[in-house]
Amino acid sequence: MKTCVYIDHFKGEVVQASWEALGAAKSFGEAAAIVLGSGIEGLVKSAFEFGADEVLAADDASLADFRPETYASTLSAILADSSPALVLLPSTSRTREVAAMSAIDLNSGVLTDVTGLELDGESVLATRPIYEGKLFEKTTCAARPQFVTLRARAFPRPSPEAGRSGSVRNYPAAGRALTTVEGYAAGEMGVSLVDAGVIAAGGRGVSNNPSLGLDEAETAKKGFELLGELAGVLGGAVGASRAVVDAGFIPYAHQVGQTGKVVAPDLYIAAGISGAIQHIVGIRSAKLVVAINKDAEAPIFQAARYGVVGDLFTFVPALTAAFKKKLGK
Amino acid sequence: MKIITCIKQVPDSEAKVTAQDGQVSWGESPLVINPFDEYAVEAALQQKDNGDFTVTALCIGPESAKEALKHALAMGADEAILVSDPALENLDSQGAARVLASAIQKIGDGKLVIFGRQTLDNGAGVTAAQTARVLGWPLLSFTGKLELNGEGVRVERVIEEGKQTVSAKLPAVMSVIQNIGEPRYPSFMGIRKASKANIPVWTLADLGMTAPATAVRRIELMNPPARDAQCEIISGDSPEEIAEILVEKILAEKVL
Repeated sequence: MKTCVYIDHFKGEVVQASWEALGAAKSFGEAAAIVLGSGIEGLVKSAFEFGADEVLAADDASLADFRPETYASTLSAILADSSPALVLLPSTSRTREVAAMSAIDLNSGVLTDVTGLELDGESVLATRPIYEGKLFEKTTCAARPQFVTLRARAFPRPSPEAGRSGSVRNYPAAGRALTTVEGYAAGEMGVSLVDAGVIAAGGRGVSNNPSLGLDEAETAKKGFELLGELAGVLGGAVGASRAVVDAGFIPYAHQVGQTGKVVAPDLYIAAGISGAIQHIVGIRSAKLVVAINKDAEAPIFQAARYGVVGDLFTFVPALTAAFKKKLGK
Repeated sequence: MKIITCIKQVPDSEAKVTAQDGQVSWGESPLVINPFDEYAVEAALQQKDNGDFTVTALCIGPESAKEALKHALAMGADEAILVSDPALENLDSQGAARVLASAIQKIGDGKLVIFGRQTLDNGAGVTAAQTARVLGWPLLSFTGKLELNGEGVRVERVIEEGKQTVSAKLPAVMSVIQNIGEPRYPSFMGIRKASKANIPVWTLADLGMTAPATAVRRIELMNPPARDAQCEIISGDSPEEIAEILVEKILAEKVL
């Protein structure tokens, strides 16, 4: 079966889950990568190295800024020409728009945030979380092509094969942009919670610790430094609960949970997080959860495999040191 | 000029939702306005506070969904419309977008259509984009701040990579995130007004359309795999000792 995979990127930086989608497509047979943008030779090269059998490209100055209308129209034109049964996309803010709009153009349906895929002939059976992960549903799409966006880290990432190449089919850009991008301010570097293998996250316990004799903002600064060191030793990212984000102690990009990011790390360390249901639903896909909390009754322990009852300000540095020693860093 | 907010009714976020005999069950928990949509109503009311707008809340759902619309009225929306039709039972997102687009056209004079970023139940978060596509209007998703200026709108969007400033001509469709500001509580007067409100119900015939074809279909509903609920509390004589034991245990799980 021929599958198309949409390679999502922001200003030429590929969203790594695009390669996971390519790997999933390859497990079903031939996979063509779709790359849209301006000056995309590097992306095309990477697509072949990560396993694309063919690349369908639209390289045009009008596609320099991502705008949903032009990207969707171009994607729809490419799909109408190549008519695959299935289109896989990594689940991101951009693919939500292009897949959604292209599905309208082609009179088909979108299955989003998918965590499991099976094939029944050429029909995909996609498993996806609903009701904030409280339930899962298996869904199908009766129309063609079937648009499926895959949740980051739900599928294995293939290893690139240097020098692998193939043929490129070029398409013109299509559609008319209806928005103008006037400015962009980069978010904090290194905060990619959905891609992180390890997340060390802090909650109210990070700011609320009178024994340090500091005000809450200073306490939080110190607490997140400690979590940053722990995350650093494990090559991970720092997360946060909504309470500390709302209080302004750490930017929104770090927020895990229902109104923040749904994450799927191998290891999630929750420090000083009580474990509101809205937070728990964001970490259901974590492979291993460790909770550190002063309050032995905190609900977070019910979501954790291992727990430590204690003060994160003394325990987190000890944990960082123990990891350093064990991992020989 | 009108601002239209599209809302949905969903089980409360605190509800224990389970799969029972292939159906979604939320026990005795109430159905409420989708929490993300409260931000959409708030965003619309902020514009009404500062300009010459009226706010219309629009919802597709059964008769009981009028309660969600009443919440929007109690917050300060001027009117509410329910689209309800037995033929809409298996609606998917693209079908919902086509129905909403027709209703938005019928309401008329809409300058801005505001959605929440996603619903709590399906959670796909694609209906705003699809409605924009059907209408042929610009889409401004994940908006945290907005500024209307005559014929146009400028927004600050929050995406994975940072913040973007984007502008478009009106009319436009947008989805908003929590940076827009905490939704206001319904006032006492608002609640009284909402309880007396007469909410018109439009059928597909009123919209001059038949039920859109359904592409997406659920074939199975599953409870999440049972989690190993047992939490092992690690104890020891010192933080250092506990940390060493914990690291051993974590490494033995072989997840890293």
